[in-house]
Amino acid sequence: MNLNLDFAAILERWPVFLDGALLTLELAFIATVLGALIGALGAIGRRSSHPLIARICGIYVESIRNTPLLVQIFLVYFGLASLGMKFSAFTVAAAALTINVGAYTTEIMRAGFDSIPRGQIEAAEGLALSRPQIYWHVVLWPAIEKVYPALTSQFVLLMLASSVTSQISAEELTAVANYVQSDTYRAFETYILVAIAYVFLSLIMRAGFWLLGLVLFPRRRRLGTPL
Amino acid sequence: MGGSLNINHLMFLGQGALWTIGLSLIGLIGGGIAGFIIALCRISPSRVVRLLSAGYVQLIQGTPLLVIMFLTYFGLPTLGLTVSPLTAAGASLTIYVAAYLGEIWRGCIQSVPRPQWEAAEGLALSRVQRMTKVILPQAVRIATPPTVGFMVQIIKNTSLASVVGFVELARSGQIINNSLFEPFLIYAIIAVIYFALCYPVSRISRRLEARDGPVRPIIETA
Repeated sequence: MNLNLDFAAILERWPVFLDGALLTLELAFIATVLGALIGALGAIGRRSSHPLIARICGIYVESIRNTPLLVQIFLVYFGLASLGMKFSAFTVAAAALTINVGAYTTEIMRAGFDSIPRGQIEAAEGLALSRPQIYWHVVLWPAIEKVYPALTSQFVLLMLASSVTSQISAEELTAVANYVQSDTYRAFETYILVAIAYVFLSLIMRAGFWLLGLVLFPRRRRLGTPL
Repeated sequence: MGGSLNINHLMFLGQGALWTIGLSLIGLIGGGIAGFIIALCRISPSRVVRLLSAGYVQLIQGTPLLVIMFLTYFGLPTLGLTVSPLTAAGASLTIYVAAYLGEIWRGCIQSVPRPQWEAAEGLALSRVQRMTKVILPQAVRIATPPTVGFMVQIIKNTSLASVVGFVELARSGQIINNSLFEPFLIYAIIAVIYFALCYPVSRISRRLEARDGPVRPIIETA
């Protein structure tokens, strides 16, 4: 075994790694924002009194949660292509990740909605709040507050999962690593450094979500309950 | 171009599906054994052991499985160790699953009510006896629903073994597509097969959760 590690040869390529890491964060950001939106709508849809809407939302969640992201990405990528639509790998990657995380977010949000005591909604109805008002003030925000830790973990996992989009050559961090290692023949050093970079990215995201939590839920901050 | 989908292609996909199941079992058993050790280390009386195992969990949970796969398959040969796709995929899954199952099981062991630990101590049971006779039998029951739920994640994650050339379900789909050029049809079939593998497990997990009452939400990997 010849241990002849040379991290310097990889480190001197830091600008391409930085670009890759930024693209990874960009993908994660887009999918998080859109996925949170889909998740909120999906959870409302699953509780809908209209059976068809509840059904469709249920099928969406189950079909995404029970198939691998890799296959979903290929389906979106080749599906759009076979419909004659040409999009960049980045757009396809962002779309596939959004569809994917939207389903997981729907499920988490639904658990949050279910945790709102029935009496609170009845009280809001008694105060003659409209349905949208009830959803916004009594159901949505308190529910998000309750499931915030689960949501943020899901979004960090989404950032890690975005590495799979390297398979349709979106130029994110893992794709950059594949390129550098095939160029330098230093696979071990490259992937070790990229693994460390991912750990850093997840720490950055966790710190970001912690700060966001302080801004979004001032009541918790006042009460001093940890998120 | 490459003809149309026939029974041989479906047989090939079936074989891939069997490998997906096989690799899932390797991940479950290997990751289960390593994860159990991690769970015990996380609650060890020794501070160093606790810190090391916590570090392992943080490190692996902060790294994508895809990068771990690349590291074992392409990285180890540059150090002079040659690994087959099966070894690389099996080892990567074991490393990955251990970090998640270890953390799930640690929570389950610690959620056995405090008086049970104290009563076992009061009966002068040794640490090993306390674990095997009092705590673990109760923890297993708490751990069953989240573990079955995590099995779905293992099955889905085996699809990443395709990147190191291991011919499981996703890879066999890619191979067939290379000759037929019908990506949408083939990946749709692949997705349906994965769904058929995962959905029953999801249902069982949900039924167990309903039986045992709500547990803490488990985090799902994509």
